[in-house]
Amino acid sequence: MQALYAQLLVGLINGSFYALLSLGLAVIFGMLNIINFAHGALYMMGAFVAYFLLNLGGISYWWALLLAPIIVGIFGMILERTMLKFLAGLDHLYGLLLTFGIALIVQGVFQNYFGSSGLPYSIPDQLKGGVNLGFMFLPIYRAWVVIFSLVVCIATWFLIEKTRLGAYLRAATENPTLVRAFGVNVPRMITLTYGLGVGLAALAGVLSAPINQVRPLMGADLIIVVFAVVVIGGMGSIMGSIITGFALGVIEGLTKYFYPEASNTVVFVLMVLVLLVKPTGLTGRAA
Amino acid sequence: MKKSIASLLLGTALAVTTAGAAFAQDKTVKIGALSDQSGLYADLGGPGSTLAAQMAVEDSGLAAKGWKIDIISGDHQNKPDIGTAIARQWFDVDKVDIIVDVPNSGVALAVNNVVKEKNGVYINSGAATSDLTNAQCSPNTVHWTYDTYMLAHTTGQALVKAGGDTWFFLTADYAFGAALERDTTAVITANGGKVVGGVKHPLNTPDFSSFLLQAQASKAKIIGLANAGGDTTNTIKQAAEFGIVKGGQKLAALLLFLTDVKAIGLETAQGLNFTETFYWDMNDQTRAFSKKFSEKMKNGAMPTMVQAGVYAGVRHYLKALDALGGNPHDGVKVVEKMKSMPTEDELFGKGEIQPNGRTIHNAYLFEVKKPSESKGPWDFYKLVGTVPGDQAFTPLSESKCALLKK
Repeated sequence: MQALYAQLLVGLINGSFYALLSLGLAVIFGMLNIINFAHGALYMMGAFVAYFLLNLGGISYWWALLLAPIIVGIFGMILERTMLKFLAGLDHLYGLLLTFGIALIVQGVFQNYFGSSGLPYSIPDQLKGGVNLGFMFLPIYRAWVVIFSLVVCIATWFLIEKTRLGAYLRAATENPTLVRAFGVNVPRMITLTYGLGVGLAALAGVLSAPINQVRPLMGADLIIVVFAVVVIGGMGSIMGSIITGFALGVIEGLTKYFYPEASNTVVFVLMVLVLLVKPTGLTGRAA
Repeated sequence: MKKSIASLLLGTALAVTTAGAAFAQDKTVKIGALSDQSGLYADLGGPGSTLAAQMAVEDSGLAAKGWKIDIISGDHQNKPDIGTAIARQWFDVDKVDIIVDVPNSGVALAVNNVVKEKNGVYINSGAATSDLTNAQCSPNTVHWTYDTYMLAHTTGQALVKAGGDTWFFLTADYAFGAALERDTTAVITANGGKVVGGVKHPLNTPDFSSFLLQAQASKAKIIGLANAGGDTTNTIKQAAEFGIVKGGQKLAALLLFLTDVKAIGLETAQGLNFTETFYWDMNDQTRAFSKKFSEKMKNGAMPTMVQAGVYAGVRHYLKALDALGGNPHDGVKVVEKMKSMPTEDELFGKGEIQPNGRTIHNAYLFEVKKPSESKGPWDFYKLVGTVPGDQAFTPLSESKCALLKK
């Protein structure tokens, strides 16, 4: 039984990455109608920016948490302004193909210069060590990841669902022409939203840098699972993607305990089941 | 008109003479470097292995003797079906004579069958499974660098003898992990130890915390890592996070490469014991080769033992071709020639290829240096001991290879 508690907690930790990443995807899909396949590559860039800040500029993890999302977010906004903008109103397939291509290029460039096995990034001194909870040894850094990502997820949900700015944003998705008539700069808002979604991916990248290797393919390995999370939660649903992210982390953790061989397929089995029963996802709206 | 007929006749005559020469001495060879070019094993093999093969061709001096040697490379993406499809296309369409490298035991065993069927030459450096020269041995195959039997009988044995008598395995869930766990378990039980449990994890797992918690709960003295590349680096890094080594358990990185140590960082990797058959900083010759290699790599990486094995294997293959004088397309014949010649090169020293295809050379026990002991960006290992080849690799009396029954 004690082992089970430990697995639940570990699942929650992985779930926080799923939640942060699927949240960014949901924001981008919900507001821009783009299936952002570059999300994994941008997550990877976040981790690399943290690595560069530390090793070239001597800038600590804490500043990286702030700076990496901004830097990668700006990169994302440039992508939106120069390429994605022109796909507005076209079939989803175009955005998917374009972002997938961007992901391949970005990963290819990083792989060319840094190889595939990755670069070391250590846990900041303040978060080193761990506490013995009786049923498990909990590394402080992991606890920090869960709490921090929960806070970020809830703040994002609040921003979009409960503030005036979020209301503009949602209105602009429903009817951009009308919102423009009220004097709101809709294109700028869309660019900033994409930047926000990308920034969330980069933030997840910084958080994962000390746990996983900082490697060019760290995002490619994760993105398919995260898409499954988004599909299960319902495309475009903010709260849905947060809850499914955490829930699937826990389910995956339990699978690793009871039948480890299936741990990287369980998410997809669930996806199939959900799609059969409720094609719009658990909390999704009809397309 | 007359002139054109004359030139036509001359041309035909020339064509006939050159064709005649080709029949007598066919000196064209095509080498295919098949590897994981972009995934978790790409740094230990991948583009570096192709480079090593190119360097071997350049250093062989065969071009000056009229040989025409081409190298092509392919990406098997760690999938046996893709690996065999590329191998078949290489033999049938591209007229490849020899396939080298092929990390990932699952792919390596699948390609082994194709090479045998097509009567090519197969010098495997990247894969670990000892089955390549044991139950599934082939007259077309030479297994160069290392194998699971060697890893078990060096690192594994040393740890059991040092008192690590209870083991828990974290095993990559495919041919390689299974072979390494099997061979290590045999060593553990033979030396009076016990395996108390284990987990099979999928290849390329980003998070090992669930598995590490199970290993921790098992109270085994040694946690054996029967995985490789990115999986091993993630396990070691996260084991440090969960305080496993501080809690008194010891990690046995049964297979660790230079690029893995680089990725983990000395801070976390220091003190790990493991075995390799090549390290760049062994002597003047290995240093000279590695410097040349590193200058040609985009990220300036030093060669791993897998890449060194590709170089040495191709060098030996070309020596055999030189001795044969030409007609390199009969795989079995070329491999027989390779086995009849003792191996000697700058990287692995003196050795031999056994009748089952296993190359025998020294194996070295290393320990990862402390950050304070490291003097340069790739200065990672301390030599702890040397195991002679005949003690490190499968004795012929234990091998189940069908080639030995003649």
